[in-house]
Amino acid sequence: MADKNFRLEVISPDRVFYEGDVEMIEFSSTDGDLGILAGHVPLTTTLEPGILKIHEQGGVMKKAALHSGFVTILPKTVTILAEVVEWPEEIDINRANEARIRAERRIKSPAEEGGVDVLRAELALKRAIARINILK
Amino acid sequence: MASMRDIKRRKESVQSTGQITKAMKLVSTVKLQKARGRAERSKPYFDRLYETIVQALARSGNIQHKYLTAGSSPKKAIIVISSNRGLAGGYNSNVIKLVTRGEFKKEDVVIYNIGTKGLDAFKREGYEIKADYSDVIESPLFSDAIHIGADVLKAFIEGEVGEIYLAYTAFKNTVTHVPTLRQLLPVDSSIVEDAMADHTPMNYEPGEDEALNIIIPKYLNSLIYDGLIEAVASENGARMQAMDNATNNAEEMISDLTLLYNRARQGSITQELTEIIAGASAIS
Repeated sequence: MADKNFRLEVISPDRVFYEGDVEMIEFSSTDGDLGILAGHVPLTTTLEPGILKIHEQGGVMKKAALHSGFVTILPKTVTILAEVVEWPEEIDINRANEARIRAERRIKSPAEEGGVDVLRAELALKRAIARINILK
Repeated sequence: MASMRDIKRRKESVQSTGQITKAMKLVSTVKLQKARGRAERSKPYFDRLYETIVQALARSGNIQHKYLTAGSSPKKAIIVISSNRGLAGGYNSNVIKLVTRGEFKKEDVVIYNIGTKGLDAFKREGYEIKADYSDVIESPLFSDAIHIGADVLKAFIEGEVGEIYLAYTAFKNTVTHVPTLRQLLPVDSSIVEDAMADHTPMNYEPGEDEALNIIIPKYLNSLIYDGLIEAVASENGARMQAMDNATNNAEEMISDLTLLYNRARQGSITQELTEIIAGASAIS
């Protein structure tokens, strides 16, 4: 029987965020939430702002807020290239709450037609919600 | 022969210049260490992204993709990274020369400028400057790179420019910095050749085309970010060297001037003695 663990690397532009052998990870992709175990088919997919759950050996679970980036999944290794990724303790809840309110306001009363601002506000809202949820 | 007072004044002025250049050298050394640390921390991300993109391109074969073929416009966007401050030896002029002395026609070039030194030079030469982001060079963030990347990509997609280049100074080590011109878009498909051997099948979700749509802009951003932090490291390395030379020259000048000063002092003492003796012998 093949090893049940696989290698996970989470890399952001300013640091190697996480590196280690894990049992399972869960995250949100643009096509929906995914859970990855060892031996997954090769897959490259893009990320939605959301929570990354890392299940380490021995039942320990770690959470991180993951915003924008993509994942390369191979049977034995998974590489997450994230533009922004944070541990819960690095998140400022007040800032996240403020950002959420700001984004919601912007979506309700768009300053200009054209949709670019609304799209950006929606992304900001998703990021804020991901940050808030992880601290709950 | 210059008077003792002149030489002394000169010496003091060289001495204080030497102190300034020495201090600047120390400051650059510290900044260089910091910039190097950042460059090293971002390296894994950059390498992985590069691997991913090469593999994605290799697997997709000869597909026609908007980021893989040059636009019809003859215009070329060049992102030029220089510095906001001078006193860094040939650092700024070398990177500017890449554009002005290169094979680009002035009319075809659109500059996206980073660094006020570059801005001044391109204005003087009469280049078209589309945007200026000089304030980011002090401490470049990844979000700055995303911002710049989005701007040039927009120009590419809307057909304003057909190709995108990045001119920056690559940081090899503390003493070697190489002014480099890199083609960002269309993605140079020759990088694919080496990866062809790897045939692990890969699925893309959403489709391959869309994956490239997302990955290539990220690749662009990371190349710009890499350029920015390497440029900062090179700038400080270049300044460190320039200031080291300046300090050495100042020390050399001080020792020359000290010699001159002592000679002048001795000369004036000798003269005084001769005068006293002459005076005394006149009386007797």
